[in-house]
Parts: sequence; structure tokens; C-alpha cells
Amino acid sequence: MKTKSMLLGGLAAAALCVGTTGHASAQMSDGVIKIGVLNDQSGTYADLSGQGSVFAARKAVEDFCKAQKCEKIEVVFGDHQNKPDIGAGVARRWYDVEQVDMIVDTPTSSVAFAVNQITREKNKVFLNSGAGASDLTGSACSPNLVHWTYDTWALAHGTGSAIVKQGGKSWYFLTADYAFGHALERDTAAVVEKMGGKVVGKVRHPFPAQDFSSFLLQAQASKAQVIGLANAGADTINSIKQASEFGIVQGGQKLAGLLVFITDVHALGLKTAQGLTFTEAWYWDTSDANRAFAKEFAAANKGNYPTMVQAGVYSAVMHYLKAVHALGSDADGAKVVAKMKEMPTDDKLFGKGTIRADGRKIHDLMLVEVKKPEESKGPWDYHKVVATIPAAEAFRPLAEGGCALVK
Amino acid sequence: MFELLGVPPQALLGQLLLGLINGAFYALLSLGLAVIFGLMNVINFTHGAQYMMGAFVAWMLLQYAGIPYWGALVLSPLIVGATGIVIERLLISRLYHLDHLYGLLLTFGLALIVEGLFRQQYGSSGLPYTNPIPGGQNLGFMFLPWYRGWVVAFSLAVCLVTWFTIERTKLGAYLRAATERPDLVQAFGVNVPRMITLTYGVGVGLAALAGVLAAPIYTVNPTMGSNLIIVVFAVVVIGGMGSIAGSIVTGFGLGVVEGLTKVFWPEASATVIFVIMAIVLMVRPQGLFGTPR
Repeated sequence: MKTKSMLLGGLAAAALCVGTTGHASAQMSDGVIKIGVLNDQSGTYADLSGQGSVFAARKAVEDFCKAQKCEKIEVVFGDHQNKPDIGAGVARRWYDVEQVDMIVDTPTSSVAFAVNQITREKNKVFLNSGAGASDLTGSACSPNLVHWTYDTWALAHGTGSAIVKQGGKSWYFLTADYAFGHALERDTAAVVEKMGGKVVGKVRHPFPAQDFSSFLLQAQASKAQVIGLANAGADTINSIKQASEFGIVQGGQKLAGLLVFITDVHALGLKTAQGLTFTEAWYWDTSDANRAFAKEFAAANKGNYPTMVQAGVYSAVMHYLKAVHALGSDADGAKVVAKMKEMPTDDKLFGKGTIRADGRKIHDLMLVEVKKPEESKGPWDYHKVVATIPAAEAFRPLAEGGCALVK
Repeated sequence: MFELLGVPPQALLGQLLLGLINGAFYALLSLGLAVIFGLMNVINFTHGAQYMMGAFVAWMLLQYAGIPYWGALVLSPLIVGATGIVIERLLISRLYHLDHLYGLLLTFGLALIVEGLFRQQYGSSGLPYTNPIPGGQNLGFMFLPWYRGWVVAFSLAVCLVTWFTIERTKLGAYLRAATERPDLVQAFGVNVPRMITLTYGVGVGLAALAGVLAAPIYTVNPTMGSNLIIVVFAVVVIGGMGSIAGSIVTGFGLGVVEGLTKVFWPEASATVIFVIMAIVLMVRPQGLFGTPR
């Protein structure tokens, strides 16, 4: 297995972890708070999470310890290769052998479900920033989990309702043929229909697919005003690139990307991506603190700017450390998460927010539109914030998720 | 107006044309594989990575040297072909006396290494490459982007030239003879090892050419080749391993079959080629155009 773990210098005393067995009775289990960043280090999601998330976690530790006196804190990372079995293996080893107290990030919903289950069994803490499935705070909710940055319900509602309001009443879906795509299509179709729009058709494409021209032609022939892309990553990039080639947008149809990251916009280039509307939880060019973070991030990550997932890792780790400090112990995962829910969240990237009983972190979302090439003034100057979706409306109402923790 | 299974004939015509265009990529890629297998007996699993390298080199030429698409169309296959020659001389040539399997394993390993290096350097999400001929023509039944028209015409020309060179010229005759009896051809004074090396270079160049053609319409990322290469292998198996004409005809034909599947049963469009492969292997193991070896 090519999972790599690395001890981080600076704040962490590397020697400590070797040969130290757990003392659960101590203030901190084994005298050190150990954070594991578990994500995709080498595959399709490596750019939107990967080493960038490790940087964000380290940065949160650094900032936390700058503000106050802190214990020994270590950050380790592992590669789940987007495979649930590998992710579960790393999580078990971390919890059982390496005294990791908390796992953060973990994109790819299937892996997130596996880690969520193990975290609950071992009574540790799982802070998810990267995965989309809204079931994490629904049927699969857990007292040991906080779902931080976004979810499929929020994306569907943010993007879906905004576009219907702008007059996009008839929709055609281009859906990746697996659980995530189906969920995104289902959630978006529900919003569209609720707001008086209608779904005129859909086509389910194999995952992953290379050529979308045939599906795009079917979407074009449907005469729908909006083509909803219920897919992600390379599939979304390929769909948008080829839609531009076939003159779909010039022909008067609008594309709605239901899960788009800033790294996807970067991969497309503004010339192709311009005008695309989608929902973001965080964008680097919205405040001085965000800009400063992005600048530092870019310097350490080959010039790439942070995604909302990576910013979410920073925010989640920061709040976790605050809660552990307030509690004085990291030994009982459920207690730490309960403390996190009790304390309001506040950090320089996500601002003020709360965590609900079902584990859903609540904050404003924003609807962004990709700039035209001539509007962009510098590197990664890609988004125009069109509207803010207030926290109260952004996420699925507590009662509708079916989470057993909600009474 | 009559409809075929709920699909109007104009739409069907459009899908047929699209299938043909996608088939052009299959044909060009399987052509390179067929050349390498037919003349060297090497199953080149690095082909997908070399296709990816073609696209990346086109991007690099534009990014670092300001060389546009048309220059890249010539330079990128030459550059990637040259790396192929180095690989053949240094590594593959040492395995000719062993079973095919060793060449397959070596080239597969090389593909993983190349993909890993590109991912390390350029990340996983891909790079932008602008379409050099935007716009298109409304054909009445569909909108045909100029670029797709160019791809299909150019690939067809390249395929025909390659087929003609191998099957109908003196050079091609030497190549085919060298495959059958290298010792005898060498005895006539032909430098067989050099010919084999150049053949590999040309095969790799064809993969890179397909990569350049793909850059403006598909995402340019390190895994773009590994997604495609499995399908292309299926095309080669259906056409008959090593058959040049077979790989061209099957490439275009399967593009059309896949295109039609995308209309009638989109979910199955990724599988249909493998179903056909299984049937062909059972009924005619040497492939549609292959001769039993």
C-alpha cells in the first residue's frame, strides 16, 4: 500500500509518537493531539484536497498555537486512493495503532461512509470537508461526525433554485450513472419542480466517460433552457469543454454545474468556463483574511489556490482544537463533538457559524458565476459572487434529514 | 414523419456522424498499437500514456514556447516519438527473446511511472487547451463543429497513408518481411534492429498525434490515456491483433456502434464494445480481419 505517513516538524515533537503507548487517563490521550488528514493524494481529487488539505490542517494548528499556549499537536496524512477498503484500512490503523484522535477531510462519499462507521465504533472524531453525500448528516449521521463544508442537498438547492429564479424553467439532466450522480439529479429535480420548473428529460452517462457529444446533442434536441450537469471532476470538465465546442451556450441553453470546484474552472480556462453558475461554500477573494491565506497557500502548493474543501479543513481543525481545549481532553470522541456543537464556530476563513445536532455545520453559501477572460485581473481571479445564500436556507432543514440524533 | 424506436431520423444521422468522429480516435490509437504489435510483436501498454504525453507536450509547446496547435501537431509526435525510440533502445529491445508477457508488463509499468510523474508535476485536475478552430456549420440535422470535421478528415488521411505505406510500398514489404524472418532480411543487408526501433517510434508518434487532436476537446490530464486505452485494446482485439486495415475499419465501426448505443441505451455505451469483443473472441478468435497465427 502506498499510504504514506509523515510526522510534521515545527510544533510537533516527532520523537514523541514512537514508543509512547496510550495513557487515556492523561489530559490528552497519550499526551499529544494527533490529527490525520485522510484524502486522495494521487488520483482525480488530489488537487482539490490532497497536500493542500494537509497544508490547511498544519496552518490551523500553527494559527491556533500562535493565539494561545497549546499542547503537542501532530498532523499525519494518508492516501485512500478513492477506495473505501483502503480508506477503512488506514483509519483502523490510525485509530488502533498510531493513536490518531481525529480524521479530517476525506472526499469521495463511499470512503467517507466507511470512515464514519469506524470512527463511531472507536469513539473518535471525524470532520468531513471533502465528501458530498448529504446522507452523512441524514440516515448515516453519527455523534462522532461533523460534516463541514458542503453537501449534495445544499448544492442542488443553491444552484437549482437560483437558476429557476433567473427564468430557467425547463431542465435536462446529464447524470453520471452512479449513486452520487443519481442523488444530485434527484435533489436538484426536486427543487426545480418545487419552484414551478419542469424536468423535460435526462440521460445517464457511464462513469467515467470521455466523449459527451452524443449526450449533449440529445440535451440540445430537448430544447430545455438549462442543462444540469449532475457529475463531477473530469466528467464535468469534459461536458463543459464539449458543450462549448458544440455551441450549446451560444445556442441559448444554459449550463448548470452542480458540483464544480475552482480547480475545475482552472482546468477549463476562463474562455471555456465563462458564464458557468454554481454554488461555493468559500472563495479566496472575498476578504483580506481569505486573500492572505490563499497567498500563503499558493506559495506552498505550486501556485494553486485553495478550494472550499481545503479552506473547510482549516476551519474544521481550528474549531476542533478550540473544543478540545475547552474540554481539556481529546479522549472521548463523542464528548469532543458534543462540545463542538455547543460552541459557536468562528474562524478567519468561514467566519461565524454553528453546528447542528445532526452534525451539519451551518454557514452562508454563495452563488458564483465564472468571469469572462477580460474581467479576470490576476491568477485564479475566476469567480463573481452573484448572491449569498443565507445559512438558514442553505442546508437541508434539520427535520427532513431523518437523522436518529434529532428528536 | 416516421421515427425509429422513438428517435427522429435527423437525430439518428447526427449520432451516426458523431460515432464516426469518435471512431476516428479509436482508429488512430488502435492503428499505432496494431503497427507496433504487427511488426514487433510487442503489446504496447504504454500507448495510453504516450497519447497523454502527446496532449501534454502540445500544451507545453503553447505554454512555454508559444507554439500554437498547428506547430504542435507536427512537433509533439516527433518529440514523443523520440522518447519512444529511447525507451525501445534502452528497455524494450532487451525483451525480444522473451515471452510477450514480459513486454506487456514492462510497458504497463512504464505507463504507471509516466502518469505518476506527470501528476506530480501538473496535478490531477487537468490543464486548459483552447480549440484552434472554434465555430461550426449547421448541417440541418446537427451542428458540426469545424474542429470535429477536421479531426475525422485528418485521422482518415493518416490512417490511409499508414496503411498504404505498410501494405503497398517497398519499405512496408521490408517491414513485414522483417517480422516474419528477421534473420533472412538481415542477411540481405537490411538493418533490422534500426527498422524495428523506428517502427516503435512511428507507432508512439501516432499515439501522440491522437493526443494532440484530443487536447482541444477532451480534458488534458495525466489519466486521460488510461481511461481510453482499454477500449482501444478491445478495438484491436476485435479487428485482429496486428491487422492494420482491421484496426482502422473496426475503429470507425465501433465508434458508430457506440454512438448508437448512446442514443438507445446510454448506460450501456461503456460496455457495448466489450460485449462485442467477447462475442468476436468466441466466434472468431483471430479477430474480424486477423489471420490465425
